[in-house]
Amino acid sequence: METKIKIDHVSKIFGPKPKSIIPMIKKGMSKSEILEQTGHTVGVYNASFEINKGEVFVIMGLSGSGKSTLIRCFNLLNKPTNGSIYIDGEDIVQYKKQELKTVRQEKIAMVFQHFGLFSHRTILANVEYGLEIRGISKEERHAIALRNIELVGLKGYEDKFPDELSGGMQQRVGLARALANDPDILLMDEPFSALDPLIRREMQLELLDIQNRLQKTIIFITHDVNEAFKLGDRVAVMKDGHVVQVGTPEEIIEEPANDYISEFIKDIDRSKVFQAEHIMIKPNALVSIKDGLNVAKKEMEENGISSVFVVDRGRRVKGIVTIDDAIQAKQDKKSLEDILRDDFVIVKKDEYINDLIPKALESKYPLAVVDDEEKLIGFILRVHVLSGLVSEDVVESDEYYY
Amino acid sequence: MKGCFSSLLMDSFPDLRTNLGDYVDHLVSFLDTTLEGFFDFIFFVSSRTINFLDDSLVAMPWWIFILIIFLLGWYFKSTFSGVLYGFFIFLIGTFGLWEDMMTTIAIILTAVIICLLIGIPIGIWMAFSKGFSNVMRPLLDAMQTMPSFVYLIPAIFFFGLGNVSAIFATLIYALPPVIRLTELAIRKVDKEVIESAQSFGSSRGQMLRKVQLPQALPTIMAGVNQTTMMALAMVVIASMVGAQGLGEQVLVSINRIDIALGFEAGISIVFLAIIIDRITNGIAAKFQKGVN
Repeated sequence: METKIKIDHVSKIFGPKPKSIIPMIKKGMSKSEILEQTGHTVGVYNASFEINKGEVFVIMGLSGSGKSTLIRCFNLLNKPTNGSIYIDGEDIVQYKKQELKTVRQEKIAMVFQHFGLFSHRTILANVEYGLEIRGISKEERHAIALRNIELVGLKGYEDKFPDELSGGMQQRVGLARALANDPDILLMDEPFSALDPLIRREMQLELLDIQNRLQKTIIFITHDVNEAFKLGDRVAVMKDGHVVQVGTPEEIIEEPANDYISEFIKDIDRSKVFQAEHIMIKPNALVSIKDGLNVAKKEMEENGISSVFVVDRGRRVKGIVTIDDAIQAKQDKKSLEDILRDDFVIVKKDEYINDLIPKALESKYPLAVVDDEEKLIGFILRVHVLSGLVSEDVVESDEYYY
Repeated sequence: MKGCFSSLLMDSFPDLRTNLGDYVDHLVSFLDTTLEGFFDFIFFVSSRTINFLDDSLVAMPWWIFILIIFLLGWYFKSTFSGVLYGFFIFLIGTFGLWEDMMTTIAIILTAVIICLLIGIPIGIWMAFSKGFSNVMRPLLDAMQTMPSFVYLIPAIFFFGLGNVSAIFATLIYALPPVIRLTELAIRKVDKEVIESAQSFGSSRGQMLRKVQLPQALPTIMAGVNQTTMMALAMVVIASMVGAQGLGEQVLVSINRIDIALGFEAGISIVFLAIIIDRITNGIAAKFQKGVN
């Protein structure tokens, strides 16, 4: 994967002499000690990570954790006190005024928590703003703006003013305005926090949809764990200006870096984060259709299991055999193909636990997990679905062996 | 012995004298002689403006003027207001004060235009520069609290008796509100709106023209309303340095103890005040609607 943005030891301190504070933090003084002794506020301390091209990178933290300060460093609305920010390999912190203007006009756009719309301009003129600043001709920016207004589903509202629209619609305008510049990078500062839950969910899905089509690099700020894990390809957790952990949602849930993060993710709805491939078991034994009845029976006996999936040469699932059927078939001199059952359920590897629950309940047999090429890569028992929902590891159950 | 005792008690102010007033006097004379050309220029421009406005207002058929007032009232307030304002103007005419009213309007208009030309840029500058703002603030306070008669004196020095001196005195009195409200208006533009304009790579000029000024306009209009009202409040005082118009009539009535004339001229000023206030308010409200 290609690195789009890299930040290297970035710190941002507010106060009259910010540079003088850097050595103090290096000595390990806490945020509150520094505030008390020097009157300086530590916004972000020593943040380093990389963001890949085309990924949704979520920065999560409670209010005051420095996430809004950090996101404003990416377009230098806040100039870092220390450290470097590389975008496509160039350190933007060193940029002169003109270069900075160009980057802001062409590469990065931002969406704000309270929308930041221009109340004296119509929706169309709002979306046109970035293009107008760049000096793009009236006809061209008009056309681009209309296209983006349509993209966010606001066709027909061009001539309205922002205050005539609902919150959700206003944020769509904010999104359209940011997209109109066709930036590589989209900064989103708690864009959905001011919206009510229903609208928020709708906007999240729509963002994912738009992202699927446009493949921008998105940096997304939120204080909502569920939102972070739903949208983020990777998530950075911040506390008191420090970046505490960076990883995929699954990594963070499975191995929280410290108690703070464990506490943070306690209420997370795991059924919407974990997918089939995270909870499945890789089969020890795979029986191929040409192996025949004896091999199948032997595999089940040796592994102490009551059923086994049978695959063809391309590892596609042909059916499932139970131990009872196998023993019966042996006596009746039937072949393996005769006793294959097909009333099992196949699930895709990226289905969420949430969707697996009803399927696991319905099915008598384990769920077969397949990859994009329909190849069998694992299976899931009911107990796996359950254990996927709680954070502690569950001792292997006996359901397997009945 | 007794003198010594009383000086020990410090019961009377010591015999000290600072000549601050003299210094100001010297400064004014100095300015008058060295900047004579400058003051002549200002005199020329303002007197021309006033005379032009006055002449064209007087030359205008009376019913057209009343119609204009009606239309302004109707557009910015309501039909009833339009009719009422037209009637007020008609009433002033029936007092025999038509031409005096026109002169007063000309003086106020000129003063307000100059106020805006000077005040809005100063207000913008103050919004951007904390230092300049800190310097200007006490100055604005002084301009507003210094008794207005006091700056009539240097006005006479610079411009002699007449309408221009009146404008100068009016300027000093009426300038602060538009400056203050312009500064306030630009400072209080929503932070996220500023940030979003910045995030698109706006230059400072683009930011000011396309975002800050339009966002600030309703509040600036409130400042314009205040400034206009204060200019109107100065007409009587300004007549002491020779301004003509309704203020002069009030002054004359005081000297002659003429209650009838005093009341008519006075109520005419009140009518003008009501009309100007309501109309500029209406304009500000229209802008407010456009922005929010």
